[in-house]
Amino acid sequence: MSELNIKDLHVNIGEKEILKGVTLSIQQGQVHAIMGPNGTGKSTLAYTLMGHPSYQVTGGSATFKGHDLFSLPTDERSRLGLFLAFQYPVAIPGVTVANFLRTAVNARRKAINPADKGIPILEFRNLLKEKMRMLKMDPSFAGRYLNDGFSGGEKKRAEVLQMAVLQPEIAILDETDSGLDIDALKIVSEGIHLLQEQNVGVLLITHYQRMLNYTKPDFVHVMMAGRIVESGGADLALHLEEHGYDWIREKIENGINGNK
Amino acid sequence: MTENSFIIHRKSRASGEVQSDLNITPVFTDTNPFVQQYRQKAWRRYLSLSIPDSSQEHWRRTNLRGIDFSTFKLAEPTENFQEQFPRIFDAPVAGKENGGTILLSPFDAKKNVAPQVQKKGIIFETLDSLKVTQPQIIEKVLSRIDHDKTAKFSALAGALGLQGILLYVPKNVRLELPLQSIFWAAGEGLLHSLQLFVYLEEGSSVTYVHESSSPNAGSSLSLHAALIDVYVGPDAHLNLVELQSWGENIVNFTSENVQVDRGGSVDWVFGALGSRLTKNVSNLSMIGAGATGKMSGFYFTDHVQHLDHDTQQNHLAPNTTSDLLFKGALTDNSRSVWQGMIYVSPEANKADGYQANRNLVLSKNARADSIPGLEILTDDVRCTHGATVGKIDEDQVFYLTSRGMPRDDAERLIVEGFFEPIMQRIPFEGVRKRFQNAIKEKMEHTRN
Repeated sequence: MSELNIKDLHVNIGEKEILKGVTLSIQQGQVHAIMGPNGTGKSTLAYTLMGHPSYQVTGGSATFKGHDLFSLPTDERSRLGLFLAFQYPVAIPGVTVANFLRTAVNARRKAINPADKGIPILEFRNLLKEKMRMLKMDPSFAGRYLNDGFSGGEKKRAEVLQMAVLQPEIAILDETDSGLDIDALKIVSEGIHLLQEQNVGVLLITHYQRMLNYTKPDFVHVMMAGRIVESGGADLALHLEEHGYDWIREKIENGINGNK
Repeated sequence: MTENSFIIHRKSRASGEVQSDLNITPVFTDTNPFVQQYRQKAWRRYLSLSIPDSSQEHWRRTNLRGIDFSTFKLAEPTENFQEQFPRIFDAPVAGKENGGTILLSPFDAKKNVAPQVQKKGIIFETLDSLKVTQPQIIEKVLSRIDHDKTAKFSALAGALGLQGILLYVPKNVRLELPLQSIFWAAGEGLLHSLQLFVYLEEGSSVTYVHESSSPNAGSSLSLHAALIDVYVGPDAHLNLVELQSWGENIVNFTSENVQVDRGGSVDWVFGALGSRLTKNVSNLSMIGAGATGKMSGFYFTDHVQHLDHDTQQNHLAPNTTSDLLFKGALTDNSRSVWQGMIYVSPEANKADGYQANRNLVLSKNARADSIPGLEILTDDVRCTHGATVGKIDEDQVFYLTSRGMPRDDAERLIVEGFFEPIMQRIPFEGVRKRFQNAIKEKMEHTRN
């Protein structure tokens, strides 16, 4: 059973401390949602776990399947089964979705067996076709340059497609719901459902409750000022939808620290 | 310092530091007096000019002072040039389906042209054999050559370029299958020269692929001087693909003139991978109304290579169009120069010119200079240009590595994507493959 364990994580961007002691544990098959207002460190947590060079870990730890995550380069974290769906996927002009995904699949195969000659073209084509059908994507999508000129919805769908092809064990979805209309949201949510069926652990970063109407979380956490200040079940999200974040702010100010 | 004061920098050349020139005495023994005259005139011009130095605008960024020209020797036919063409040419870049192939070495040629090509009246022949069989054609082509009076090395190619090819396509003759030639110049410390002539009569069309190459071995430099002259007649169309994969001991001076007449068009692909030093001057001139010229260049330099590409788009008639895109990547301690100019003459109303140069610098010691230029002498035109020198975007690397690709794979994919717009313009899988392999090789050794 894959498990991601984050303990008292402190992270800086430059001189500024963004995460001030985050503790969280995610097991395969669970769906965790992290909610909270903008600028509280949700995306920082996602980027740090994946190893973006702009974020410095100043304290705490993260282990994944028993490995010290921060001692591994980004590509090894990915091959170990960690996935980050980007809030702002990066365009790679001139590189088609198919070529990119085949290179990514082959990198995985090669890491397991250095003599691997790569996935046979036909096998890959079938795999891609199947996943795209599942996500109701037009086959021509595979021939477009990755995220280059994609609409917001197309970018998010491409992220889910990558997840479906690479089959991670723990997936972090950073605001994957933002900028999606209802139809696109449904498709993305269906994609997540399929991952859940395959026993993937999901960390859903969002500040909208509406995503959680489609993807029911097992745990909901509220993040504020670099800490998780409140944790609960799915009903916590509904409570937030109704009452906003002010009651949590008040709780903190009254000295009842919701952390832990 | 007062406002009026200024400092004059003047590089003085110490005595005894005069640049050496070639130390050869060629003998011209052509039986055709026209050819004889052409070569002698070119040689006289060569002798009258000194080796270019950085005081000349076009040579400011390409310094020849480290090259001892007196060491280059004329190759002798008796020397063993029968070295087999490398296996790489077994699979010609234009593909197995072609109208004809000519393999050239400095004193030898192997020709294989399809009968249907000859039946159409197309001449695809080495200059050597033409001088004997079709002197009038040679005269027609040579009389066109208007040497740049300041270009020393194109004069050298004119004088010594015994080896070479003529492609002549008669009026309204169209050939679908590509024709290709390969110049394989083995040896060290030698002087190689080559002339290529392409002449398309009105309404004709053809595809021609030429590759220049040599073994990537040898420590002493060899010199290659080439002159390429192309005429695309009225309403004719030429696909021209040029690829140089010189060994890294070659100093390469190539001078190219492509003229497109009324309603004609050229689609010109230019790839540069090899040589120690290259100065390549290409002039693309739209000489007749409605002429169109498209030029797509790519280069990838490594080690201490220095590639200098000087391009000129001349709009000399109304309603002419030109479109130039050069893309390059650099690694190690290599250097590239691209200097481009769009010239629009007073007669060229409604000219539409575009030029762009994009560079991707992959190491901290590589350097790319990119200098666009416009010279427009009429009002009713549209000209745009752009030049960029950039590095690999770290956010792209992070994104790709987050999908499990090692950094090396991620960088290679980004570089391939960078060149993709140029690859799209290349009609031959073989050329694309050759370039993709070069990208891979050059990026691989950089890491080690």
